[in-house]
Amino acid sequence: MIVANDALTLARLQFAFTVSFHIIFPAISIGLASYLAVLEGLWLRTGKTVYRELFNFWSKIFAVGFGMGVVSGVVMSYEFGANWAGFSRVAGSVTGPLLAYEVLTAFFLEAGFLGIMLFGWNRVGPKLHFLATLMVAVGTLISMFWILSSNSWMQTPQGFDIVDGRIVPVDWFAIVFNPSFPYRLAHMALAAFIVSATLVAACGAWHLLRGRRDPGVKKSFSMAMWMILVTVPVQIAVGDAHGLNTLKYQPAKIAAMEGLWETEKGGTSLNLVGWPDMKNERTDYTVKVPHLGSLILTHSWDGEIRGLKEFAPEDRPNSTIVFWSFRIMVGMGLLMLLLGVCGLVLRRKQWLYESRWLQHFALAMGPSGLVALLAGWITTEAGRQPWVVYGVMRTADASSALSAEQVGTSLMIFVIVYFLVFGTGIYYMLKLMGKGPSLEHDGDGDSRGDTGKGSARYDHRPMSRPTDPIDE
Amino acid sequence: MHIDLPMVWAAIIGLGVFLYILLDGFDLGIGLLFPFFNQEGERQVMLNTVAPVWDGNETWMVLGGACLFAAFPVAYSSLLPAVYLPLVAMLCGLIFRGVAFEIRAKAHRTQHLWDLAFMLGSATATFCQGLILGTLLRGIDIVDGKYVGGPYGWLSPFGLFCGLGLLVTYATTGCAWLVMKTDGELQRRMRLMLKPLALTLLAIIGVVSLWTVLSHSYIADRWFSGAHFLYFAPVPILVLACVAGIIRGANSAHEWRPFLLTQAIIFLGYSGLLISIYPNIIPPSLTIWQASSPHSSQVFTLVGVLIILPIILAYTALSYWVFRGKVRHGDEGYH
Ligand code: HDD
Ligand code: HEM
Ligand code: HEM
Repeated sequence: MIVANDALTLARLQFAFTVSFHIIFPAISIGLASYLAVLEGLWLRTGKTVYRELFNFWSKIFAVGFGMGVVSGVVMSYEFGANWAGFSRVAGSVTGPLLAYEVLTAFFLEAGFLGIMLFGWNRVGPKLHFLATLMVAVGTLISMFWILSSNSWMQTPQGFDIVDGRIVPVDWFAIVFNPSFPYRLAHMALAAFIVSATLVAACGAWHLLRGRRDPGVKKSFSMAMWMILVTVPVQIAVGDAHGLNTLKYQPAKIAAMEGLWETEKGGTSLNLVGWPDMKNERTDYTVKVPHLGSLILTHSWDGEIRGLKEFAPEDRPNSTIVFWSFRIMVGMGLLMLLLGVCGLVLRRKQWLYESRWLQHFALAMGPSGLVALLAGWITTEAGRQPWVVYGVMRTADASSALSAEQVGTSLMIFVIVYFLVFGTGIYYMLKLMGKGPSLEHDGDGDSRGDTGKGSARYDHRPMSRPTDPIDE
Repeated sequence: MHIDLPMVWAAIIGLGVFLYILLDGFDLGIGLLFPFFNQEGERQVMLNTVAPVWDGNETWMVLGGACLFAAFPVAYSSLLPAVYLPLVAMLCGLIFRGVAFEIRAKAHRTQHLWDLAFMLGSATATFCQGLILGTLLRGIDIVDGKYVGGPYGWLSPFGLFCGLGLLVTYATTGCAWLVMKTDGELQRRMRLMLKPLALTLLAIIGVVSLWTVLSHSYIADRWFSGAHFLYFAPVPILVLACVAGIIRGANSAHEWRPFLLTQAIIFLGYSGLLISIYPNIIPPSLTIWQASSPHSSQVFTLVGVLIILPIILAYTALSYWVFRGKVRHGDEGYH
């Protein structure tokens, strides 16, 4: 158990807390933005109103998520300087510019296209509107590109010199396209798609369970089930490739993820479950499968994987955390795979919209995308420890010279404020989802988009997109 | 040709912070005036006057922060820990305010709570911004690029006074903004408030100026040594002229003059601040060049900024243009 009494631990907890809250919203906006682009594209091609209805419905949820993502992101961009002064001083020359690009991209997006996408139905033609929606989708992906580049560089740094104890960038191409970046980018983009697919599926399942069978509900459930069926296997393949890459660049992280202490000769077994014990350097209660570790991680029968004991104790990440966070992520991935396959089988039998247990299953899996996403990030970040920039700078040297009271106070404030504010936001999103897509064009929120009642002078911001009351 | 990149970056960030104070100032000011207006619809009209622009206004703060990180990591990583608790409070104030802004109109039973969040959030954010500016002006203890002034270095009478000063400043521009954007009874009451606010503002500017000059010899040198005095003498005179203009404008038919003049005062105050601290980015001793990130970082980021900044500026100008004119109770549109 971590006892959080020193400033460093508190700062780490604070970072983990704020970024975990933040990532939830961008993941939803990245996934939904692409979904909205697909819906609008389909609407333009087929002219079927069901796509337009779904667009109206999900754009409200997207808007709230986007708004929350922006607000929580603002905190992140100041946290680096406030809590991680050591890191900012030494590595700011790389992280700062990448972050600046992220923020610039996000603003550019907000400034240019978001308003048109959310409020511009009557002010621009359908083609231009579609272009705006596409740009928003691409924009969220570009935002992700920069921030992940920055994070991946911290995992597998290259392209820099160290002058007077500070990192000086030499080759920006090498920095941006560092070795773990392509894997992380693909894996995260898919994760964002999966997050929204599981949410859309759960929303559809909820309304199916309550007896609705209108085209909007059926269509969105069906689309989400297809999405899960296709993206989850790809995600598993990409995750596998990501693991190989990690084995090459961060072998201690892999050993910790697998709870592996000894280097086993002639083939490594895999611990399916177990409880890594950092103090006594062993993993208790294991259930092992011989050779499976080698098979998965090196794609060969007797590939060797270095155990944690080959790394000095001060260089080992906490295996107990990453062992389990990794298994939660993979477990969620396998369950999603099952969900996708069940959906396919039932679809074959024309039973997709009628099977209540499938709907219960899909509903229960609603948060699974977010759970896997957070578990994946915890694996990545906790597995990078004790380094903040892998092999270059230790986390212990990264923090600011703040007192534990200061960091503790701010952590407490953030916890309260986040639960209040983002709690309200999440509540509102759930409430919107609970209403479901309109049966026909509903009068309230969408009329603005449809009839031009709103004027160009108002309605510029995402959060004013939905108009449904929050507290009744 | 040699380009002094750190200077270019200092100018970009200086501009960003200036635009932030200019633009977000009056919309934070609206939150400060909120408690005085309680009649049905008044508050929503006040909000509606900034509804389409306020989050764009806040953009400048994030942009300023990100650019500071990219171009001057040393300044970024020593200023923020130095003002740690006010910074956290400011961010929380802005979060509350931002969310309350949006949710207020969607809430019925809980509307008074969101109003409270809006007022307290605006006041906290403003006060902390003033406190941070004041702390910066007083100077921050830095050794080897690290902040060494302890957890409460920001807690000084001067800093607190600057917090108060910024409250008055933002309330004044907010008030002048509302004179411009509203009419009828609401506008009349705003006009009434404008005069005392402007006079208080003048007093505060006077106190802050004297206080800085008296307690920091390097600032006094900057202002009073030799020819400098002649160059800078117009600044206080212009401030006086502006205040006089506001007070006259408060009673006359001029609706936009007081607002432009409050903006001019902010410009003058801000340029006074820059004159006082240049060429330091953090007084008393960290210069722009010492705080810079490596050349390659500054070049790399500049490319993006030069492409996107003009677009953002154009968009901002456009949305103010689209949004010109009066806002009235029951106007169709927002919410
Ligand atoms: C919906 C989300 C989701 C799902 C279903 C999965 N992952 Fe994942 N995983 C992520 C979301 C994620 C993530 C949030 O995107 C992470 C965190 C950081 C990153 O780059 O990706 C991640 C990290 C991550 C890492 C750590 C990379 C590192 O060393 O830093 C590995 C090895 C895998 N994943 C492998 C897998 C495998 C084998 C999966 C098979 C089921 C899997 N992931 C499913
Ligand atoms: C891509 C953007 C990200 C960057 C640049 C980033 C960077 C960092 C930094 C600087 C730290 C502090 C030093 C440390 O303790 O390692 C950290 C820690 C951490 N981050 Fe990330 N992070 C990112 C995304 C995320 C996300 C999305 C999550 C979770 C959802 C996450 C989870 C964590 C956790 C749990 C820690 C604490 C790890 C520990 O202290 O053991 N990170 N990260
Ligand atoms: C430590 C890490 C991070 C920092 C400092 C950070 C910073 C920010 C900031 C300042 C904003 C607001 C920009 C605006 O006002 O428009 C923002 C929004 C956003 N961020 Fe992050 N971010 C981090 C992690 C991430 C990660 C890991 C992702 C995705 C993979 C991400 C994706 C986005 C996106 C797409 C937006 C646009 C708003 C939205 O879609 O919700 N960010 N971020």
